[in-house]
Amino acid sequence: MRNNSKGERIAIYIGLIFWMLVNLFPVYWMFTFSLKDNPEIFGKNVIGLPQHWLWSNYTRAMHTGNMGRYFLNSAIVATATIIITLIVALMATFALTRLIWKRRKTLNKFFMLGLTIPIHASIVPVYVTLSRLHLLNTYWALIIPYSAFSLAMAILVCTGFMNEIPRELDESACIDGCSTWGIFLRVIVPLMKPAVATVGIYTFLQCWNELMFANIFISKSALRTLPVGVQALSGQYTTDWGPIGAALVLATFPTLFLYIFLSKKIQDSFVAGAVKG
Amino acid sequence: MKKLYSNKFHILIFLLPALILFCGVLIAPIGASAYFSLFDWKGIGPKTFIGLSNYKELFTSNSIGFLKALRNSLLLAALSVGLQLPLALALALALGKKIKGERAFLSVYFMPVLISTVVIGQLWLKIYNPDYGILNVFLRAVGLENWTRIWLGTKKTALGAVLVPTLWQYVGYHMLLLYAGVKSVPIELREAAMLDGATDGQVNRYIVLPYIKPIVRISVIFAVTGSLKSFDLIYVLTNGGPLHSTEVPSTLMISMLFLRNRYGMGSTIAVLLILLCFGFALLINVMFKESEE
Repeated sequence: MRNNSKGERIAIYIGLIFWMLVNLFPVYWMFTFSLKDNPEIFGKNVIGLPQHWLWSNYTRAMHTGNMGRYFLNSAIVATATIIITLIVALMATFALTRLIWKRRKTLNKFFMLGLTIPIHASIVPVYVTLSRLHLLNTYWALIIPYSAFSLAMAILVCTGFMNEIPRELDESACIDGCSTWGIFLRVIVPLMKPAVATVGIYTFLQCWNELMFANIFISKSALRTLPVGVQALSGQYTTDWGPIGAALVLATFPTLFLYIFLSKKIQDSFVAGAVKG
Repeated sequence: MKKLYSNKFHILIFLLPALILFCGVLIAPIGASAYFSLFDWKGIGPKTFIGLSNYKELFTSNSIGFLKALRNSLLLAALSVGLQLPLALALALALGKKIKGERAFLSVYFMPVLISTVVIGQLWLKIYNPDYGILNVFLRAVGLENWTRIWLGTKKTALGAVLVPTLWQYVGYHMLLLYAGVKSVPIELREAAMLDGATDGQVNRYIVLPYIKPIVRISVIFAVTGSLKSFDLIYVLTNGGPLHSTEVPSTLMISMLFLRNRYGMGSTIAVLLILLCFGFALLINVMFKESEE
């Protein structure tokens, strides 16, 4: 601002750039060592760009490290979670903002409790229930808890968007002879695309990175998601860092890719979730 | 229209999936956890009712080391409020000054929050590696050979080594929240103060900070409850070791459940964690309210 002295401004910039480098360095280092061989990583060329770009690290991570499989598992779990969360949240939000009944405000507050309940609360009972239902070591063991824990945030976001849809639209659809379901499916849901995008991204980020449930509810290696898979892989390649680096990059790539294109939307969704919770 | 939207049956149908999911996975388990915590139970077979013995054992037994784990997570909470938040606030205030490249800085600072904690943990494992990790390589290169340590493997340094990346990863998160607050301060307020001759520091102190107090409160709550719940990074880096020096309640809970099959005791830790989280959140709220008066 105007009354900042030049010296102060420079100091601020130096501080900001320093912290930027502190944040960029680990990612840069990860990308470069994923393309190096051991002699380079272990001394010849610790932080420089790779001398020979060793793409074979990636094929090894994919094939012998099983990263392709873990990647697919994570994608399946994330997609199913997003779909279920969205359907359930859109329906609930419709009832909470449009349909007319007493205590809907109270119920909304009740759902918002979900923003603060830690996953620890449910770990034992959910584990026991899943095991009784023989759902451990299936995708459902993750999809159901992830959807439940994403629900509060999804309802929060959807409520904001749905309140902005003018009620006259419902009225005229009703006059045209639409049923409740007709209004919901043909009028409201098509107008909820921005909310769907925000909820989808937020839910994706949550389940893509989740470790505690993924680690406990899945023990079969063929069903592991990326965070657990990366852990397993690093145990397997303790002395060979290249393929581990490649696995780390593969696990991170989708989130960073999304972030590059949607940084504003992602940041906004995190702020909304925190401030309203 | 009104009639259509007041149909009780439809209301129920629209709410049912959410209610089942929410109550089944979030609400009922809290009660179930509280119930399990009163039993001695191996997960299969009969449960033996033992009242509050699990709680008593947790607070008195040295071999479980719950108090130590709790101390570690409270230390993390203190550092989080004392170091992480001030840093995040400084960054947010700096970025709030219409600085060139504001968006770029912001986006980079927030990036570690989005990267999987397992990936971050694996990276730091490599940074701390005693033989080839860049920390020790760097120390050797600048001639500080005798400063090198087995960072994660020694009781003395492990806790510190675990805390650094934990604090680092979420600076960006708090910065983002506080930045959103700083940006919401009306420009007229700032300008009026500046016309009256307030310096930048004074504007921050008397205009911005009071204005963003509600967000600071949220940040403090998240910093404290997040520290109490912290699990991922510690699990990846040390899993509580060496010799339980980096144990936190969550790692302890997991090892109770899945290594020792003590489901009652695991539930007890879970219940205490929930109570502590809600308790601290309430306490922080009260503290912020009182400071307003």
